[in-house]
Amino acid sequence: MTGFLEHLVSGLASGGIYGLLALAIVLVRRTTGVINFAQGEMATLAAFGCWTLVDHGWAFWPAFGATIALSFAGGAALQVVVLRPVERGPLAGILVLTVGLMLSLNGLMAWIWGGAPKRFDGPFSASLVTVGGAAFSKRDIGVVVASLAVAALVGLLLTRTKLGLGLRAASASPAEARLAGVRVGAMRAAGWGLAAALGAVAGVLAAPSLGLEPNMLQTALLYALAAAVLGGLDSPAGALVGGLLLGVLLDLVGSYVHWVGGELRPATALAVLLAVLLVRPAGPLGVRRA
Amino acid sequence: MRQKLAWLALAAIVLAALPLPLSEPHTVELATVGAYFIAILGVDLLGRHAGEVSLGHGGFMAVGAYTTATLTADHGVRDLWTIPAAAAVAGGVGLLAGLPGLRVSGLSFALASFGIAVAAPTTLRRFDHLTGGSRGIALFGKSTQTGHGLGVLGLTNGQWLYALTWTVGVACFLVLWAILASSFGRSLHAVRDSELAAAAAGVNRPAVKLAAFGISAALAGIAGSLLAIDVAYVSPHTFPIQLSLYLLVGSVAGLYGSIWGAVLGALLVQYLSRLVGLVPHVDTSRAGPTTFFFGATLVALMLALPLVLRSADAIARRGHARPH
Repeated sequence: MTGFLEHLVSGLASGGIYGLLALAIVLVRRTTGVINFAQGEMATLAAFGCWTLVDHGWAFWPAFGATIALSFAGGAALQVVVLRPVERGPLAGILVLTVGLMLSLNGLMAWIWGGAPKRFDGPFSASLVTVGGAAFSKRDIGVVVASLAVAALVGLLLTRTKLGLGLRAASASPAEARLAGVRVGAMRAAGWGLAAALGAVAGVLAAPSLGLEPNMLQTALLYALAAAVLGGLDSPAGALVGGLLLGVLLDLVGSYVHWVGGELRPATALAVLLAVLLVRPAGPLGVRRA
Repeated sequence: MRQKLAWLALAAIVLAALPLPLSEPHTVELATVGAYFIAILGVDLLGRHAGEVSLGHGGFMAVGAYTTATLTADHGVRDLWTIPAAAAVAGGVGLLAGLPGLRVSGLSFALASFGIAVAAPTTLRRFDHLTGGSRGIALFGKSTQTGHGLGVLGLTNGQWLYALTWTVGVACFLVLWAILASSFGRSLHAVRDSELAAAAAGVNRPAVKLAAFGISAALAGIAGSLLAIDVAYVSPHTFPIQLSLYLLVGSVAGLYGSIWGAVLGALLVQYLSRLVGLVPHVDTSRAGPTTFFFGATLVALMLALPLVLRSADAIARRGHARPH
């Protein structure tokens, strides 16, 4: 039982990271209608940025704040400079463009920082706390709490602020939103910026346990995509819950089903993804939109 | 038409004569270009003719390559006869990945195929009793290897591999060309251009799409099988996620002109890293610069493409407006 609880918490910690990344994917999908395959590499780049600041003697929290601000600006700039010229074109072309971004960022990171994993301690200590016989890593607990808090903040931002209203209006019906005075172009850029900032949080939270290297989040991107699909690709809450569920599922299956082990986790996520797309494309956790 | 035939004949002569002045390793490299050419034909079939993006053709290649490797190394099947088996197995996996595409189009095949590219390397390591795990499988010198690595029919081993790969490559191209010129090709284009109109005209949309996914993955399977035969070795490192994405770059580079484009794309996949090495102060012993230039090429092509298409469209329209 204690073993089960330990796996539950470590699964929730990975799941929180998948959920944040899935949330970023859903935000981009809602505001601009595409899947951004570069989302994982953007998050890794942000983690490298934060690592570099800390390496130059910054304290963690100011470096983290600067990373989030820079990521927001970078994501918005990417939308305006690279995505805007093709956004009226076919979906396939835009998907391919985001794959181009993924490769460029991946190559750039390997070029600058090399492929060997860097040690990044992050905000939480890796020491254990024991509760009722079960040992949990403080880092895992911190990651779970942080990702839930960030997701709640994004939820508040989307539902309780003028910016959130504008974002939702611009994605639900751009033409009407424009007539009502919403600057749809700016909202699309803000959607990408917000997604990049969320990704930055995910990247910085993931780096201490995964080891910071250019391919760090490529497998996590698959998990985040599967999580987003579990939520129906359109639901922010569904994406977060999908991420947490998938994190716990992969941890439990990987630990208790010996046949699966660590190496079949990506294949398990792929099976989940295929099954959802086949049986209920709107997502078992998703809400069918009228 | 006659001019086109003359060009093709010239291309065939160049293709046949190319390896003569080259050293053995270079000839083998050009043979692997043939394998990439076949895989890119598969990516192209989806991208250009079915309107779907595949991010997983490296994964389908892995399926084909390991089919060939296990059959020749462990089950005593002559390597040539494993090529159709590789096509069948990879085609089957492609059908499986394509199934969700019947209900939701556009994104779902891209997602499913990306999943296959990510899951392939670790899945191969898991079943190490079949795949040799991280060590991979060596085919060189096996009794099932045609020519036992010494060459056949008076050709050196490299020349034989080159001839084999490009013969299969040209055959794949001709078969694909015939398929696209048939009524199936017209149905495929109809589904790509307007699913609703195609359905109204009686096209069986799910069957057409599924067949395209299957054929495309089977082409990647043949490519993987030939790559395994050419290099005489497979391991999970042969098929990283990046390979799938490089093949996509190769296919997009080919958007500018049918078969020549696919050849150009295949050359790019094999030789871009050496091209990048010619840039001063760039160290290509690390993976970074090459990957960066693949990505930058893709971004630049995608940004330039609308302009190219628009100007081509304008030229075509001007042509129609001209009085007879």
